[in-house]
Amino acid sequence: MRSNEVVVGSIKRVSGPLVVAEGLSGAKMFDLVKVGDEGLVGEIIEMRSELAFIQVYETTDGLKPGDKVVSTGKPLSVELGPGLLGTIYDGVERPLKSLEEKWGHFIIRGAEAPALDRKKKWHFMPKVKPGDEVEPGDIIGEVQETINFVHRIMIPPNAPSGVVEEIYEGGFSVEETICVIRTKGGEKFEVKMLQEWPVRIPRPFKSKLMPSEPLVCGQRVIDTFFPLVKGGTACIPGPFGSGKTVTQHQLAKWSNSDIVVFVGCGERGNEMTDVLLEFPTLEDPYTGRPLMERTVLIANTSNMPVAAREASIYTGIAIAEYFRDMGYDVTLQADSTSRWAEALREISGRLEEMPGEEGYPAYLTSRLAAFYERAGVVQCLGKPERKGSITAIGSVSPPGGDLSEPVVQATLRVVKVFWALEDRLAYERHFPAINWLNSYSLYLNRVASYYDREVASDFSELIKEGMSILQKEDELKEIVRLVGIEALSGEERILLETARSIREDFLQQNAFHSVDSFTSLKKQYLMLKNIISFYRYAVEEFRHGLDLETILNSPVRVEISRMKFVPESEIETLEKIEESIRSNFKRK
Amino acid sequence: MYREFKSIRDIVGPLIFVEGVSDARLGELVEIDYGHKVGLGTVLETSSEYALVQSFESPQGLSPKVGKVRFRGKNLKIELSEELLGRALNGLGQPIDGAPLPPGEEERDINGGVINPFSRDYPTDFIQTGISAIDGLNPLVRGQKLPIFSGSGLPHQRIAAQIARQATVRGVQEPFAVVFAAMGITFEEASFFINVFEETGALSRAVLLINLANDPPIERIMTPRIALTIAEFLAFEKDMHVLVILTDMTYYCEALREVSAARREVPGRRGYPGYMYTDLATIYERAGRIKGKKGSITQIPILTMPEDDKTHPIPDLTGYITEGQIVLSRELHRKGIYPPIDILPSLSRLKEKGIGEGKTRKDHSPLSNQLFSAYARGIEARELLVVLGEAALTDVDKAYVKFAEEFEKSFISQGEYESRSIEQTLDIGWNLLRILPESEIKRIPPDILNEFFNSDKSEN
Ligand SMILES: Nc1ncnc2c1ncn2[C@@H]1O[C@H](COP(=O)(O)OP(=O)(O)O)[C@@H](O)[C@H]1O
Ligand SMILES: [Mg+2]
Repeated sequence: MRSNEVVVGSIKRVSGPLVVAEGLSGAKMFDLVKVGDEGLVGEIIEMRSELAFIQVYETTDGLKPGDKVVSTGKPLSVELGPGLLGTIYDGVERPLKSLEEKWGHFIIRGAEAPALDRKKKWHFMPKVKPGDEVEPGDIIGEVQETINFVHRIMIPPNAPSGVVEEIYEGGFSVEETICVIRTKGGEKFEVKMLQEWPVRIPRPFKSKLMPSEPLVCGQRVIDTFFPLVKGGTACIPGPFGSGKTVTQHQLAKWSNSDIVVFVGCGERGNEMTDVLLEFPTLEDPYTGRPLMERTVLIANTSNMPVAAREASIYTGIAIAEYFRDMGYDVTLQADSTSRWAEALREISGRLEEMPGEEGYPAYLTSRLAAFYERAGVVQCLGKPERKGSITAIGSVSPPGGDLSEPVVQATLRVVKVFWALEDRLAYERHFPAINWLNSYSLYLNRVASYYDREVASDFSELIKEGMSILQKEDELKEIVRLVGIEALSGEERILLETARSIREDFLQQNAFHSVDSFTSLKKQYLMLKNIISFYRYAVEEFRHGLDLETILNSPVRVEISRMKFVPESEIETLEKIEESIRSNFKRK
Repeated sequence: MYREFKSIRDIVGPLIFVEGVSDARLGELVEIDYGHKVGLGTVLETSSEYALVQSFESPQGLSPKVGKVRFRGKNLKIELSEELLGRALNGLGQPIDGAPLPPGEEERDINGGVINPFSRDYPTDFIQTGISAIDGLNPLVRGQKLPIFSGSGLPHQRIAAQIARQATVRGVQEPFAVVFAAMGITFEEASFFINVFEETGALSRAVLLINLANDPPIERIMTPRIALTIAEFLAFEKDMHVLVILTDMTYYCEALREVSAARREVPGRRGYPGYMYTDLATIYERAGRIKGKKGSITQIPILTMPEDDKTHPIPDLTGYITEGQIVLSRELHRKGIYPPIDILPSLSRLKEKGIGEGKTRKDHSPLSNQLFSAYARGIEARELLVVLGEAALTDVDKAYVKFAEEFEKSFISQGEYESRSIEQTLDIGWNLLRILPESEIKRIPPDILNEFFNSDKSEN
């Protein structure tokens, strides 16, 4: 049996977020502890001789040697159940709204509030009946949590199997018993809607599957050129101001996932406020419901204690896994993983561990890899058979924008999609400032066949051609830089202009324009097709003697440049542009 | 809760290691008794056997034999009241204008609390500074933290002063205050600001915290915290719109580095401590608005980039925390352009919700996008021109070169005492765009383009 015993010790030393305590030798690694009179939350991260080393999730100011330290005997865990959606938590799952109600506008140390409302009644609908055999992961009932979201109530992964003895329909709070199981050993086990799970341990599943379905996010440069799949992993590195957060917000808004868990890890307070104020007013393009209803926010802002930053991404991913286990597609977004790594570095420094590159601990790479490994498509535990997925997307904030630094490098080793943000593009206000030559997606081939099947049979061919035009542009620009535009042939001039059109009329996408913010796959296809059709016709006609100026000044190019402002409801008009192009070039 | 110890073991830089202390609180205020004078410090690390104290001044003249250390049982706090307006204090919040501190309505820990993100209100009120490069392209809003990234010898002070002088939220007259924190700057620089406040009649609404170049460097670590504690009181208890100017953050960061080096911590980039990001965040994040409160805190930190290098840890970490940055350019300065604001790397992250119809004008956002991209293209073309000569450029490229020149001359450049309305700024922008062929104007949705570009309304 695990001992969940409470052990009491006292502070021996305090240095920043690290507290060293004595008298806790009966406690265990990663036990949750309460420090000082205010009961500041912390976690045991190392035990040496008689001493326990504790990282504390709140400011340690005012603590002194001799203050008591109580180990709860339990690991840092999250509460899971109905009520998570639409809520904003801090890095250790304290609900910020409840904190405000109790303590006002500033966060108070030692504040405690349950993550899930204890009073609220949810209508529970059983899906199994007395006499049915159930095991961990089985869905035993449902709660309609929002108009669109069915919260599936599962037997917790760490519960015993058995036979349902009693199960009730009706309004229950999360702590009330909704089902009683008789185990093989004859014991009674009561199931409640509330589950707890230790954040550092991945929730179990039956098996992992290869991801294949695209995660469509309505961002043209991403969906068309560097797509992500459900269950995949991606990173967005870039210097400050290059667009990491806006890109993350766009993904959170427009991706076709069922649930979004957004972790604001060591970044700005106002950015969380922005999401909080904006998401309830935006419609999920797939369900028409307010986006906030599918979102869970974890906010550990830059001025909050550094240790809680380390915990926040685990809190986030544990919540994501819980929704995955119900059979949903979840995206877990972390902005920024660099702040998490820095927290790791700071604690490691206080523990006087041997520093590795740039002071980061040697285990940085393995921790990062283990985190991203919690993403993926899985066959979920329990009955009925179902699949769920977690897509993990992390921003990286390299010092000075230098991509050779350890966190970027460690991340690139594990993730499959790399969106390289570049300040030069951001300066020109080319947004999203994703460099089309350096970025990559290892899922492109898998997604291409889906696009050809579901969108248009020549989509992937257009993507290839578009990319090769952009690559060719790069070479030609180098020539122009050395000897001037005169050195290029007419066909090369047409290619340059086409590349410019791809960049300006397709890749550039304004997140703040109501129409431009989101583009469906169908519209992306039509836009790209028109640009490339123009190119093909132009080259053809040039070869037949049409002069360059006439080609480049074709009035249809204005239509092409305005495609992005055509609302989704009117995209048939894009199909007509191809006509215009053809008639534009009708041989005289 | 006074406890006195004579057991000083080591003195290393600003750090004092006191043995035999078993109950010092982290962050506790400490008096350091030299025998002939008393200084202040704070507990950096505490254990059952010792306490590590950081002195706010250089411990010159402190002897382990004679010196005594007294633990005060509380953190550094400051007495707050509206009477602080019009007062001058040193970097530790002690008066330097001859009068005693006014009795406080309340006493607060200078570290402040963390604003609950759920309690924040998103800043959306456009502040007109009268400077086109800011208002038109990188607008400031109430509650924003927008630093100026400068270099030595560049006119950041004049720009900050111009902002302080001209800033208004149009159509409203509300109580305001200025909190000015000088860290490590010269007497002359500090006097310049004080004169500006005097000129505009803002001095009686200002609180000055002055830590000059010859004042103790470590004291600087406290100065912005005291400034912001006062600002929070005035904004959130007294309903004022507070402008906080912090200058120069570079000297603040150097003080942090000094302490870190004395502690022999593993240094981060260029010797600055690994926790500098978090430390700076606890300063910058104290800007903002709070739901249900009338006041606000707008921060304009100023920093000089060592070697004009934007990737240096001080501007780099600042840019990662603040809501944009105004970057000054030595090249524009050399060309004689004032204000020499390099608009391309400059950014205001809060602009989207602070501008547009009902706030400024509906063409503001698309127009600014177009100006940015046209200027970027113009600079690129100008470089080509320099290398390859005119023959290497297309006609369109030539138009862009002309645009960039004119843009610097008539949009960016303006008088130090010239305050342009936002309409004036935007109209200058439209006029400049007409240098380019219409087919180049791709950032602007058709409806706006028709209304503003094709009409001659803004020309007369
Ligand atoms: N897709 C986009 N559309 C329009 N503007 C953008 C876009 N991406 C970024 N921006 C602009 O760039 C600024 C900085 O972006 P942000 O995502 O906050 O950068 P980072 O997180 O990398 O520091 C934003 O405030 C916005 O003005
Ligand atoms: Mg960001």
